[in-house]
Amino acid sequence: MTSTILEMRDITKTFPGVKALSNVNLSVEEGEIHAIVGENGAGKSTLMKVLSGVYPSGTYEGDIVFRGQECHFKGIHDSEHIGIVIIHQELALVPMLSIAENIFLGNEHATYGVIDWNANEKRTKALLDKVGLKEDPKTLITNIGVGKQQLVEIAKALSKEVKLLILDEPTASLSEKDSQALLDLLLEFKRQGMTSILISHKLNEVNRVADKVTVIRDGRTIETLPRKDISEDRIITSMVGRSLDDRYPPREPQIGEVVFEVKDWSVYHPIHAERQVIKNVNLNVRKGEVVGIAGLMGAGRTEFAMSLFGRSYGRHITGEVLLEGKPIDISSVSKAVENRIAYVTEDRKTYGLNLIDHIKHNVTLANLGGVSSRGVIDDMREMSVANDYRKKTNIRASSVYQLTGNLSGGNQQKVVLSKWLFADPELLILDEPTRGIDVGAKYEIYTIIARLAAEGKAIIVISSEMPELLGITDRIYVMNEGRMVGEMAASDASQEKIMRAIVRGEGKKAS
Amino acid sequence: MSTESAPAPQSGAAEDVKQGPRIAVSALTTNLREYGLIIALIVIMLFFQYTTSGTLFKPVNLSNLVQQNSFIIVMALGMLLVIVSGHIDLSVGSVAGFIGALAAMMMVIWPLGPLSNPLVVSIICLIVGGAIGAAQGYWIAYHRIPSFIVTLAGMLIFRGICQALLGGGSSVGPLPDSFKALSSGFIPDVIGPLTLIPPTVNAAGKTILGSGLTLHMTTIVLGLIAVLAYAYFGLRARRKRERHGYEAEPFPLFVIKTLVGSALALFLVVQFASYRGLPVVLLVMGVLISLFVFVTKRMTIGRRIYAMGGNAKAAQLSGINTERLTLLVFINMGVLSALGGLIIAARLGQAVPAAGLGSELDVIAAVFIGGASAMGGVGQVIGAVVGGFIMGVMNNGMSIMGVNVDWQQVVKGLVLLGAVIFDVYNKNKA
Repeated sequence: MTSTILEMRDITKTFPGVKALSNVNLSVEEGEIHAIVGENGAGKSTLMKVLSGVYPSGTYEGDIVFRGQECHFKGIHDSEHIGIVIIHQELALVPMLSIAENIFLGNEHATYGVIDWNANEKRTKALLDKVGLKEDPKTLITNIGVGKQQLVEIAKALSKEVKLLILDEPTASLSEKDSQALLDLLLEFKRQGMTSILISHKLNEVNRVADKVTVIRDGRTIETLPRKDISEDRIITSMVGRSLDDRYPPREPQIGEVVFEVKDWSVYHPIHAERQVIKNVNLNVRKGEVVGIAGLMGAGRTEFAMSLFGRSYGRHITGEVLLEGKPIDISSVSKAVENRIAYVTEDRKTYGLNLIDHIKHNVTLANLGGVSSRGVIDDMREMSVANDYRKKTNIRASSVYQLTGNLSGGNQQKVVLSKWLFADPELLILDEPTRGIDVGAKYEIYTIIARLAAEGKAIIVISSEMPELLGITDRIYVMNEGRMVGEMAASDASQEKIMRAIVRGEGKKAS
Repeated sequence: MSTESAPAPQSGAAEDVKQGPRIAVSALTTNLREYGLIIALIVIMLFFQYTTSGTLFKPVNLSNLVQQNSFIIVMALGMLLVIVSGHIDLSVGSVAGFIGALAAMMMVIWPLGPLSNPLVVSIICLIVGGAIGAAQGYWIAYHRIPSFIVTLAGMLIFRGICQALLGGGSSVGPLPDSFKALSSGFIPDVIGPLTLIPPTVNAAGKTILGSGLTLHMTTIVLGLIAVLAYAYFGLRARRKRERHGYEAEPFPLFVIKTLVGSALALFLVVQFASYRGLPVVLLVMGVLISLFVFVTKRMTIGRRIYAMGGNAKAAQLSGINTERLTLLVFINMGVLSALGGLIIAARLGQAVPAAGLGSELDVIAAVFIGGASAMGGVGQVIGAVVGGFIMGVMNNGMSIMGVNVDWQQVVKGLVLLGAVIFDVYNKNKA
């Protein structure tokens, strides 16, 4: 005796140059826990943003029917109003406000704008009891741990009389114990009749609580599995089961000696000093070799790369870095660049580009010495360098005087790449080099990587897209929770093997 | 950094080859902001020329205008870099006041012997200014304390020290004439005057002041050299572009720009020459402006400051030592504040407790009128200088017109707001 609470039909969402979702269907029944799984970038979060009104009605195609009514949300407010509440991966709490203030932020018990704190605190207390959090409502958010913050978020959702609770990777930053508690809470809610959607790529968790699993891949729904058919193997196959056709340029690797070696690398969190983010990592790259680092989001790959690159992340960094067998000092970015190491960031807008400046100035920024003498820039030399790289990396722009902020994602990425190619590195670390760019631009980036490897550069590619790693690398390290949990030749590797290494790594930690 | 400045020789919309008339249009639009600013200055000057019945452009008034506003423009050069790097400095007026007091005490009160020589005192004062900049910049750069707070504290501290140094409300002076020359002096006429029209002699056999036309020839020669150099370097940069296969801005546009610029410059030179010649402080200012244009446009350190202001994280990850760079920007600001303080003291001939009071706001306004962005990363030296002159001309013109000081403030505020709204509107349109 179940009825459908939510029906999403033929949802298609297009971004400039990318089709993020195509004809996705999702049907959730009242009172169930419905898990949505898929690789990073498969479209899970986009789907939830469509559902919650972050992408307003009209910016996508397809229908949303909630409790028998067709919905056209103009913003989050509309979806929350009828009881759909989403809790995002990055918590949206104000750290310097109290629990009570956060729970009722924008929704305070007030008469004519004067807040009734007693009523707020009483209500907060009741909500905290429901989620099993024993904290004073006056405690500041910054003084409680991430696990408890997650519970505050849920309490906040409950305060809105939620009918459908959506949790986006709720356990990504939680410890094992907190994760278990959270999952128990979900099951408790289910007993009380609440419907939840759980987005996760931790398959053991999905296995434990989900009544149904919908698998999304490349912006499409692959299948929805009922409880009895849920198994890790089945889900993994479904998640990654696409063919590797000619989406990657052919190359013949010519691999030489070890160029770059990291030994026993450990890094602690910059704020939470007791948290070890990178745990005794060893890695090496050979001349002309493309090495991949696979892993899920939050595995510590970016932190690892940035801690290597001039200690741009973390503290209490220990370990040794060897370039051609000799230990090198890379304690600042400029020293790393001098030692001919380059890092192309995963977040080009925040860490890669000066968006209010044009292509020419961005391309030469990491190697101004290369276009100047005695601190005076040679305009003509800079001009020819910029035009040269614009051709080499095929940046599509009206001229090198176009602002980088007005370029498409793919072309922005090529500008960042050009910047680091002009710095002439021996080792190039590429962090998610194709994130958020269209298929055509991806191919161009792969071609550039292949060409660099052929020139004898050593290359590390960090990517959450496993087919990409399998398609362009020679050897793959698998990272999970700050550790290297696997290493395999790309020729032996498969998406299943990588997934298994990750899942086992997680299992090992739990036991 | 996104637009090239109009007067700089290498300017123009440098496009790839093979685009014909589009270049002319884009050359105009990319430089619209700066052409617009210079046109605005000219319009404002013509307006006051009219409303003051021709007083504004009188040689004696032009000299006054320069001498009254030079310290704002000198400090605006430093402030431009501070604002481009994403910070603000509220302490410059107080630092200027303090340095003026320090200079006066050293020259007049304290028994320093040969150390009280104006040149020695000036050098010491510039060094002290740099040290003040370093002290403030240290907290901003290395401890990430917001510049607004650090320099607000500095504003209070140095105003207080300035007043304490001068012993409460009194002023200290008079300062030596050789020191006052920094502000109120004129360059010597080494060539000798040229009398074009002899002055009219009145019945008593005395010459009537201001009649006739005698030119300060050294000023004329310097002016001609500057104009010729401007045209020569402009042409050379064009040639270089063309030799490398890049199209420069269209030739007619270049010619018009150079001719108009030269004509304006020569007009001002003749005005100065017909009075007492080039004010020393104008020469100092001219050298500093050229230096800062060069640093911001051509030198790696200038480029790095813009990159840091545009995206500090990206700059850091490109190997730029953003902490040290921030410190240098504030040291530079400190030195220029000190120079501003010396100029104020030299003009007044004494140090007063209120010297430079509130001038930080004029300096900051000049930079924003000149098109700098409060978010950092955007702004031009020439813009800040023109912005400073716009403020100065408005002060001067309204004073001659007899506009009440209260209302002068209102007008200046409206002009600042209008200029920034104009900028934001243009940006959104683009």
